[in-house]
Amino acid sequence: MAEITGIKEIIRPENLVYKRTKVMTDNILSYCPGCGHGTVHRILAEIIDEEGLQSETIGVSPVGCAVLMYNFLDIDCQEAAHGRAPAVATGIKRLLPDKFVFTYQGDGDLAAIGTAETIHACNRGENILMIFINNGIYGMTGGQMAPTTIPGMRSSTSPYGRDVKIMGNPLKMTDIVATLPGTYYVTRQSVHTPANVRRTKKAMRKAVQYQKLNRGACFIEIVSNCPSGWKMTPVESNKWMEENMIPFYPLGDLKTPPEEPASNLKPEAK
Amino acid sequence: MAKVRGSIVVDIEKCKGCEVCMVSCPTGTIAMAGEVNSKGYNYAWPANPDLCIGCANCAMVCPDGVITVYKTKI
Ligand SMILES: Cc1ncc(C[n+]2csc(CCOP(=O)(O)OP(=O)(O)O)c2C)c(N)n1
Ligand code: SF4
Ligand code: SF4
Ligand code: SF4
Ligand SMILES: [Mg+2]
Repeated sequence: MAEITGIKEIIRPENLVYKRTKVMTDNILSYCPGCGHGTVHRILAEIIDEEGLQSETIGVSPVGCAVLMYNFLDIDCQEAAHGRAPAVATGIKRLLPDKFVFTYQGDGDLAAIGTAETIHACNRGENILMIFINNGIYGMTGGQMAPTTIPGMRSSTSPYGRDVKIMGNPLKMTDIVATLPGTYYVTRQSVHTPANVRRTKKAMRKAVQYQKLNRGACFIEIVSNCPSGWKMTPVESNKWMEENMIPFYPLGDLKTPPEEPASNLKPEAK
Repeated sequence: MAKVRGSIVVDIEKCKGCEVCMVSCPTGTIAMAGEVNSKGYNYAWPANPDLCIGCANCAMVCPDGVITVYKTKI
């Protein structure tokens, strides 16, 4: 066998192991360098591609940094008013029950202004997937404190760190929706390491497949970073997230369907 | 013994120089370029291409999805 030495011999179609999915458009993402939003978009696009759902999917985009999601995913999308994505998705799914309908929302969108829509869509058991990007901050508007900002975390409106005595407690939305009878699968993941990306992809695939069963709402929280709002480099922000956010928001499945064995609630070692 | 060799291709113009791929590479293949792309980012590139094992870790974590990965046995 001829020995391969140069990279030209390796870069051949038959040796391809990974390339960007065609469900992502060619547009340059509007996100800051290192922002987890892009990674979550890509994972979702890969699942839509691999499950053959490109023409069956309708996404509902939020107000927040992901407001332009429809420019990056080559699927049908509807923009919702701030926090109202679950209500809009409810309408779409009820009119077009054969479609795969998801919402994509930040923590300011889903856990602050949209708290009522989130809780009631989950409690009603709407057959939609909700993807919740929790970066503990209002990224788009300049890094203000959100209901999800963890104790001691700095933001532009809690510059000395969140003091729960004055500013109240953070809200663990995913824990709340897991207690509601209308949710079918509830999980919390992250995308800051290759292993976590692979786990998130598995969880996302499960959620998409469960969605086809129409047995209620599926809910995926992604604990994510906001390097710009947190005023850190992307690599520092991922480290900070691992040391501070994930202990407060532990990764793993919070609710699995009856036939599913409950997977480990602790994050696996990397 | 079968040995794997990998190679990556970075879409330099779309790279934002976040360095997340570099710290996720188990073999030290990736470095940030001294030059910048037209947006002003020091882009990622396979500085030590012989070390790449095609594991796709870099592509998994790239928020902008700009890394393509190839792998072969030698
Ligand atoms: C009704 C209404 N209120 C407030 C705003 C201002 N606003 C825009 S985005 C945003 C919060 C975004 O934070 P989040 O949902 O966490 O998204 P991120 O940017 O962090 O991904 C707010 C308060 C708005 N656009 N509309
Ligand atoms: S402001 Fe934060 S959440 Fe928004 S794109 Fe930038 S890093 Fe991402
Ligand atoms: S494929 Fe693996 S070894 Fe090659 S550059 Fe990427 S992370 Fe490094
Ligand atoms: S992760 Fe992607 S965008 Fe970030 S430096 Fe690497 S190739 Fe560039
Ligand atoms: Mg946010």
